Amino acid sequence: MPKVTYIEHNGTQHEVSVESGLSIMEGAVQNGVPGIDADCGGACACATCHVYVKEEWLDKLSEQSDSEKDMLDFAFETKSNSRLSCQLILEDKHDGIVVNLPEKQG
Amino acid sequence: MIKTDAVIVGAGPVGLFAVFELGIMGLNAHVIDNLDKVGGQCIELYPDKPIYDIPALPECTGETLTKNLLKQIDPFKTNFHLNQRVEKLEKKDNAWIVTTSDQNQFETPNIIIAAGVGSFEPRKPPIKDIEKFEKTNLFYSVKDKNKFKDQTVCIFGGGDSALDWTVELSKISKKIILIHRREEFRAAQHTVNLARELEKNGKVEILTNHQPVNFEGNDKIEKVVLKHDSGEQKEISADSVLAFFGLKMELGPIANWGLDLEAKSLKVNTQNFETNEKGIFAIGDICTYPGKLKLILSGFHESALCAQECFKRARPDEKYVFRFTTSSSDIQKRLGVK
Repeated sequence: MPKVTYIEHNGTQHEVSVESGLSIMEGAVQNGVPGIDADCGGACACATCHVYVKEEWLDKLSEQSDSEKDMLDFAFETKSNSRLSCQLILEDKHDGIVVNLPEKQG
Repeated sequence: MIKTDAVIVGAGPVGLFAVFELGIMGLNAHVIDNLDKVGGQCIELYPDKPIYDIPALPECTGETLTKNLLKQIDPFKTNFHLNQRVEKLEKKDNAWIVTTSDQNQFETPNIIIAAGVGSFEPRKPPIKDIEKFEKTNLFYSVKDKNKFKDQTVCIFGGGDSALDWTVELSKISKKIILIHRREEFRAAQHTVNLARELEKNGKVEILTNHQPVNFEGNDKIEKVVLKHDSGEQKEISADSVLAFFGLKMELGPIANWGLDLEAKSLKVNTQNFETNEKGIFAIGDICTYPGKLKLILSGFHESALCAQECFKRARPDEKYVFRFTTSSSDIQKRLGVK
């Protein structure tokens, strides 16, 4: 089970083990990590599961789909390492991944 | 003041089906929604995405589901009050007075909150104290395009609204500056091409890979400060700013109605889905109880049960006899079956 570290905007860290096959969004929602709203429930339709992926992990993740790029237009303060966490499906090779959460969603 | 058996807050699938469940018992309802159309998330967020878990519909889109529900409630000639949200609830004896943002008022024994994740509101750019400009020259939609005549207008966004208005307003404005955070636009390619043509003759300036950093001015935006992806900042003067960053969902005033909340959901009992206030019900994604699943089908079930209690409150002197649609002539009459 890959371990995911979620760092809230205020610096609070949450280290959570998430089953492979789940998304980083699901890992947060199921473990009560605050700061990821996921209003649409993972349909890549709302941009409220926005995270900043720590740079060294970016190229280990699946490529952005056009619909994710489109939805990121709606996210709050996007950066070059912005992703929508509902689109980031965890595999064992992601053990230790770190994501920072934005100040707010949307 | 409109008197009605029930006010339904939210015109998503669950709100629409509540109209049906009330309707077959002979109760009328008024439906309020902050969007400009019915269907809720199904229409606003994923009209084309297939849904596979609606009973007896192996596959249907959000749009089809909404259309079918509207057809199903057509016999009840429901009144929809769109583009407004419920602002205030007041108790009056055994009833409630509901006031919307358009100052429509309803008196009803039953309020059914089927508001999903909340009402859709315009997403705002991440600028400090942005609200003070909303009264003057910052807009999230165009109500009267003549307001922008002979103006320099900054338009933010990369979707259809941003591009459509760039092209349309360029006909009457002095200059349009379109600002988008990346190179690609989501809008229809045809409109993007039109905007690029207008850029050549100087009517439109397009700044991609830029995001807003600050709006400067006292009550009115005078300067817009932008940041390029490279970190370089840029200031531009504008008479008006239009921001098209889509919609987001907010619980809004519901949080202030004195209802028991758990996270952003309303706590209800599972017998009739009433909240802690008599006559206020919550169904669909917005309600929570042990075992709650946020499925459309759960919302349909919840609407049927809450309608029973609504009947008791709306018709305290009548006894309701449970009947099936297959055999009840009363129900069939209400449905217009001949």
